Order: sequence, then C-alpha cells, then structure tokens
Amino acid sequence: MKYKSQKVAYWFFALSMLLLVLQIVYGFVMGFARIGLDNLHDFIPFNTARAVHTNLLVVWLLSGFMGAAYYIIPEEAQRELVSVKLAYVQLISLAVVGVVAIVGYHFNYWEGRKFLEIPRPLDFLVVANVLLFLGLILVTLFKGKRRTTTALVLSMGLLFAALLYLPGMLPFDSQVTDSFFRWWVVHLWVEGVWELIMGGILSFLLIKLTGVDREVIEKWLYVIVGLTFLSGVLGTGHHYYYIGVNKIWLIVGGIFSALEPLAFLAMALFAVNMYRKGEKKHPNKLALYWTLGAAIVSFVGAGLLGFAHTLPQTNLYTHGTLVTAMHGHLAFWGAYGMIVLAIISYALPNLTGRKLYQSTRGRAAYWLSNIGMIGMTVAFGVAGVAQVYLERKFGMDFMQVQGEISVHFVVLILCATIFTTGIVLYVIDFYKHGKPNDEALEQTID
Amino acid sequence: MLSKKQARAFFLGGTLVTFLVFIGLTVYSLSLSQDQSNHENITESVVRGKIIWEENNCMGCHTILGEGAYYAPELTKVIDRLNQKYDGQGEEVIKSILMSEVPWQPNGRKMVAYSMTEQEAEDMIAFFEWIGEIDLNGFDRIVSPLAKDKINN
Repeated sequence: MKYKSQKVAYWFFALSMLLLVLQIVYGFVMGFARIGLDNLHDFIPFNTARAVHTNLLVVWLLSGFMGAAYYIIPEEAQRELVSVKLAYVQLISLAVVGVVAIVGYHFNYWEGRKFLEIPRPLDFLVVANVLLFLGLILVTLFKGKRRTTTALVLSMGLLFAALLYLPGMLPFDSQVTDSFFRWWVVHLWVEGVWELIMGGILSFLLIKLTGVDREVIEKWLYVIVGLTFLSGVLGTGHHYYYIGVNKIWLIVGGIFSALEPLAFLAMALFAVNMYRKGEKKHPNKLALYWTLGAAIVSFVGAGLLGFAHTLPQTNLYTHGTLVTAMHGHLAFWGAYGMIVLAIISYALPNLTGRKLYQSTRGRAAYWLSNIGMIGMTVAFGVAGVAQVYLERKFGMDFMQVQGEISVHFVVLILCATIFTTGIVLYVIDFYKHGKPNDEALEQTID
Repeated sequence: MLSKKQARAFFLGGTLVTFLVFIGLTVYSLSLSQDQSNHENITESVVRGKIIWEENNCMGCHTILGEGAYYAPELTKVIDRLNQKYDGQGEEVIKSILMSEVPWQPNGRKMVAYSMTEQEAEDMIAFFEWIGEIDLNGFDRIVSPLAKDKINN
C-alpha cells in the first residue's frame, strides 16, 4: 500500500467475502431442492433462492471490482483518493441497497426478470450509488499525476458498466422486446465491459507480479479488449436466436460468438507469456496462482464451454436447459470470481502488512475451490446433456426427466462441498490477515 | 511489430464499428416490418399477465422463450401441451393451478401456491396464448412436446 486512502478497498473486499459465502448458502438450498429436499420451500422457495443466488453473485463481484478500483486507481494515478469519507458512504449505501433487495426477494418484492430482479425504486438507488463511485474514481484519475492505460481501461469498463445498466430499466409491454434489452445489460456486461474491468485488473497484477515492462503489457491489453468487443458486441446475437426476433441474428450471433473464445485464448496466452517472460520473482505466489488461474479457467469456462452451445444448430436444443448452468458456473468463476480473489490475494498483505502468502491454507483454498468448481461444472454438464437428449430428442415429460437426472445433483452437491471448503479456507485466510493499518504503508513489496 | 498506438486504434476502431453495426441490426430487427411476435395482439390482458409473471418471478423456476431457471417446465406453448395431455382442458388446468390455495406438486416438486383470482388467472392465460403464437425461428417445434404441429397433424 502506498496511499492511506487505499485502505477503503479492504472493506469492499470484506463485503465481497460475506456476500460470496451467502451466495453459496443459497446455492445449496437450490441443490437440495433439486434432489427432493425442499423443506425450506415455505420460507425460501426455489425462485427466491435463485434470485438471491444470482444477485449476490453480481453484488459480490461488483463490490470486488469497486474494491479493486479503490486499490488500483490511487497507485496508478499516484495520489490519494479525492474523498475517503464519500467512499465509505458509497460502501455503506451499496451494502444497504444489497441487503434491502435480498430481504425483499423473500417477500415477493422483486421484478422477476432474470439477473435484473432488483425492483425499480431500488434501481435508482443503484444508479446513484454507482454515480458516486464513478465520480470518486474519475476525479481521482483526472487530478492524478499520470493516466495509465491500465487505469483508463479499468475506469472505462466501470463507466460503461454503469451506462449499460440503463437499458434494463426501460419498460416494455412485449416479453420479446423486454428480453431483447435485458440482454443489452446482462450480455454486454459479462461478455463486454466486465472484461475491460477484468483486463484492467489483470494487467495491473501482471505488471506488479511479473515485472514485465508496462508498455508491453498495456499494448497487449488493448489488443485483448479490442478482440473482446469485436466479437462480444455482435456476439449478443446468440441470445436472440430463439426469442422471437429476426433470423439475421442466427448468422450474426453464430459467427461472432464463434470468435468470442479467441479473446479469452488471447488473454490466457498473454498472462502465461508475461509470466514466463518476467524476470521478477515476486514473493506473493498465491496472487500469481489466482491471476494465471483466472486467465486460464476463463478461457475454458467462458470461451470453450460458451462456444460449445452458441452455435445456432446446437443452441436450438440446448437453449433453456441445464447446459446453460454448466457454462455459467465455470465462466463466472474463472473470469470474474477468480480475478476478484486474485486482486484480494495481492492487495491484502499490502493493506494489512501481514505477509501470509506462503500458507498451506492459501494453497488449499486455491486448489479445493477450483477442483470443486470443475466437478460442479461436469455435474451440470452431464445433467444438461442428458436433459437435452431425453426431453428434446425423445420428447419425455419435463418432470420425468428431472427425476432421471436428479442423481447428478447429488454429485453436484458433493463437488459444491469441496468448493465451499476451499472458499471457507480463503475467508479464514482473509480474516487472519487482520485489519488494514498505516504501518503497512512502508512495508509494501511492489 | 505492432505499436501501442496501433493497438489502441484497433481497440477503439473495432469497438466503434461493431457497436454501430449492432445498433443498426437492433433497429432493423425491432422494426414493425420484421415483427415476428404479433405485436398488435398484445391486449391489456396480455400486459397484465406479463406484470403478474414478473411480480411473482415465475422465471425463477420456469422458462419462457427458453429463458429462466430450468427447475420447472418451459411455458412457451404450455396451453397446447396441456390441451394434449388433458383432452383440450389445458386452460382449465392452468387456471386451477394458479388459483389453488395449496401448492401444486407434480412428482413431488412444489410450486408456490399463488391463490390468484379468476381475472388474474385469465390474464396469465392471455399472456401464454400470445407467447404461444410467436415465431421462434424453429425453437417452438423443439421444446418438448410443444405440440401444436403434432395436434394439427
């Protein structure tokens, strides 16, 4: 840590950890419901658990991104944040909006639009919150001594993410148009601007961890985010194949979705090559694990598994099945979960002054969570493919098929337990680092 | 070798061009002449149905147009499907499920008991009827056992 105001990042990371654990709890509620153990139905029916699970995902990742920005921007701009007090106001209001939304979901207070369930009045609070955040980040950057590409790409990602929230707030009478613009938010976030955020964080971490020249890393950062947008924007078409809009999307979506893995492949190759090129031996190996892991797992989860069902001919059968859940889990974990855990692993020793990066616990957290998540992905995949064949090829009844595939959810729960063990170890590690303090100012290993 | 400036130009240029094409395609595919959803058939009842659909987060279990949570059946063409199963009584079955005060639980998997009024249940049916007529580029014939073609043959 070089600037006192970076300490605010710690609290965003702490909020992230808390929400991640809660997200997992609701995941288990759904897993058990799928094998017939839905004793909580009266209090937490499946649709509540589902909305909470996905919204917590979004909020813990956003909180992680915001923490990352509060840590990275002062260091890149070489000055303190313009206002630490307002940053804390923003943190608390984010937590409050999140909690109100989550509690509301248990009382039928929601909007019932997948991933965007937050009811309209709270949407305005989200917008206000994000504007405050952006204001703090952009003004700091503007007043800073230097404006680096890393900082610009990261800030651009955050700014566009905020702008793209707006199409999701437009009201429509038609389910088709509603769905169409809902994907403007969801797809253009996760397969567009969030990748700018990921790229920005990745580049910051690679500069710090490998010691490769900033100019080289940032040049490739441009190429990668360029590839991302080139394929990802028109790749939105893969959500439009079968929702009642023109066939032109079958061609456009098919071609550009097939290009999407290239951006992820480039990112993975880039990270691994920078690591091999780097001559610096940074002692924080855990942060390096998470960083390289994020680049590689996102290629598999988001790139390859996404491609596995975005060809229109395949998607005709897999659209609306558990195959989507298979891709979704590894993609979010690899691309966004792991990059947030990477920046936390890097920042935490610097914020607290406690250098716990040699711990067995930290390594176990990395391997268990990854092995568990890969197992979960396989379980979802097998269940999804079986569902496609039985239901869509052989015309079996939905619930009969669900009975046939429920065994895969037992496997899912077992793998989820391994994953959870990893995450719990990570959270313990987080806790053991203690609170951020000013003494850490001089002790940062860059 | 590529310079940083060229890399930036590639990023900014590529983004701008693809985004403009995307906007163009959006305008084209949502224009009235390209409508596949029978937009003129969206009555007040359909709109009320959609609002009920959203207020109860039905998508949190079911799927519609293939979008949702895969825990409960796809509801595109649900009326046709239930008509086939219950001798043309599809609408009545849907009404009784929605108006029921105890959870409907086919094969042990529970649905929330919504205790809807008759009007609300009818709005939901209007919504499903409108959804069922949309041209889904072939998906309507795939979703199990979306039966309109089968019934007519």
